[in-house]
Amino acid sequence: VATETHPATAHAPAAHAAGHDEHSVLHHHFDDMEQQRECTSLGMWLFLATEVMMFGGLFFAYSLYRWRFLHAYHVGSQHLDITLGTINTFVLLFSSLTMAMAVHSASLSNRQKMVSWLGVTWVLGAAFIGIKAVEWTHDYHLGLVPALSWHYYNTHPIEHELLRAGIGPQQVMMYFVIYFSMTGLHAIHMIVGLLLVGYFMWLGQRGQFLKGNDQPVEILGLYWHLVDIIWIFLFPLLYLIAGFHPFAKGGH
Amino acid sequence: MASKETLLDRMTHEHVEDVGSHGEHHIVPVSVYLKVFAALMVLLVLTLVAAYFDLGSWNIMIAMTIAVLKAGLVVLYFMHVRYSSHLVKFFAGATFFWLIILFSLTLADYFSREWPAALPQ
Repeated sequence: VATETHPATAHAPAAHAAGHDEHSVLHHHFDDMEQQRECTSLGMWLFLATEVMMFGGLFFAYSLYRWRFLHAYHVGSQHLDITLGTINTFVLLFSSLTMAMAVHSASLSNRQKMVSWLGVTWVLGAAFIGIKAVEWTHDYHLGLVPALSWHYYNTHPIEHELLRAGIGPQQVMMYFVIYFSMTGLHAIHMIVGLLLVGYFMWLGQRGQFLKGNDQPVEILGLYWHLVDIIWIFLFPLLYLIAGFHPFAKGGH
Repeated sequence: MASKETLLDRMTHEHVEDVGSHGEHHIVPVSVYLKVFAALMVLLVLTLVAAYFDLGSWNIMIAMTIAVLKAGLVVLYFMHVRYSSHLVKFFAGATFFWLIILFSLTLADYFSREWPAALPQ
């Protein structure tokens, strides 16, 4: 494929330029759409790899302290609301489906459906952030936010089982430091995603991404799905530790 | 004008050729997306139910196995890796390979030493 020469370049530069106007989605430094698509996909996957490594550092910190402070993780996670966490997981998984539908509509050059599916995706993403805000506000009032509002264990002396296990409040605090770091970085990614989806809706409404120029929507989808995947791991790791645990009785 | 037709012909030809081998523009049927979503819902219920049984260290194993399956479904179908070129597959695989390096080498270090005095006790 690469050895083929562009017939226009040999004798008619003007025709070559006109050809590119006709297919303006093909940038001049690529031979053809296939090469451009491949290159754009690889660039995005490389970016996603750096994202995975950034979150990977936090997942590592989570694993290290879980190994060290297992009981404190049980105590800390019992403060989380599994129902809200499950609803949010459903919301994000559903938003991945609607994003896939938006990419699908873009590849069929269906502008109205693409913008509508992006709109549904945006609403679901906003719902996720809204539920997260409710959870965080609750934690703040309870006094479970390290550095900002940490007083829950001043007024709730730790149960004797925990003392027996040698757990101090500072170990539970470590769980919450990791909880807020991971869900916070994830929420920042969600907000960036919402801004991008909104921008793409505006561009889409103006007629972008049609007739072979659908790849930007697919690239946006890759970002959205990666943020979904990170939550797929965060949900069981942060919320589902204490479900069966004897300390889980009582909650908050 | 003739050159434009040639370019279009070439693109059309490549497109047809690619669908069989590594078609980047492969359009996935909606039914596939719906099936994947249904599977994700089943796995979500499974991970939730499993968390309420005390299975010792198996709890985390089951939770992570289900999470990897869910992530795999999203990567392969929603992110189109199954229908992408070998190079894209390689990049996606390398991402998780690097993550394994991060975990295995650093954990091996912590597991083989005393807990550092500088870290929270």
